[in-house]
Amino acid sequence: MTAIIEILSGLCLFLGGVLCVTGGVGLLRMPDFFSRVHASGVTETLAAPLLLIGLALQMEWSLDLVKVAMILILVLATNPTATHAMAKAALHGGQRPLVFDNDKPTRGEGASKP
Amino acid sequence: MLTAAIVAILVTMLLALIRTFLGPTEYDRMLGANSFGTKTVLFIALAGHVLQWNSYLDVALLYALLNFVGTIAVMRFFEYRNALEERDDPESAA
Repeated sequence: MTAIIEILSGLCLFLGGVLCVTGGVGLLRMPDFFSRVHASGVTETLAAPLLLIGLALQMEWSLDLVKVAMILILVLATNPTATHAMAKAALHGGQRPLVFDNDKPTRGEGASKP
Repeated sequence: MLTAAIVAILVTMLLALIRTFLGPTEYDRMLGANSFGTKTVLFIALAGHVLQWNSYLDVALLYALLNFVGTIAVMRFFEYRNALEERDDPESAA
């Protein structure tokens, strides 16, 4: 039983770490703001729960486990909200997504005018 | 595996910090700072478990709350700034 939990925890931590670095590289390498939001926000929302579950599997039953669950719920609730707020603020602030038209990058008009 | 995850988080924190300093627009900077904050929460949670700090999870919880509130506050501040400038100065809007 302990070995299974160890393996599960290691798998969660490994996947979480890989997703974490993927989000970081995407945040640095993507060409415009909205693709950066996509790269970092989407991977972050999956990486944080995976890392926290991997941590929780290694802890014994105590109050700390409840605190990890609280951090998990908080991150899951606030991370997409913050990402959405940032994308909305950028769109209202005049940023337009980069659109590829005939392989030529242009600034799109955006889905709707704010 | 915990150590490997901590190293991955540290690498990601460095990448987010580079984006925060490079960022062409203020939104990019805020995105990098928000990403950095989330990674800090994870780092505190994992490193506190490995190094056996006292009440590290409370610090992580508080940092998660502060990070969210800070991001939302700065984004509310930036959201309608350009629209207000266009309203005050209609010549530059076209």
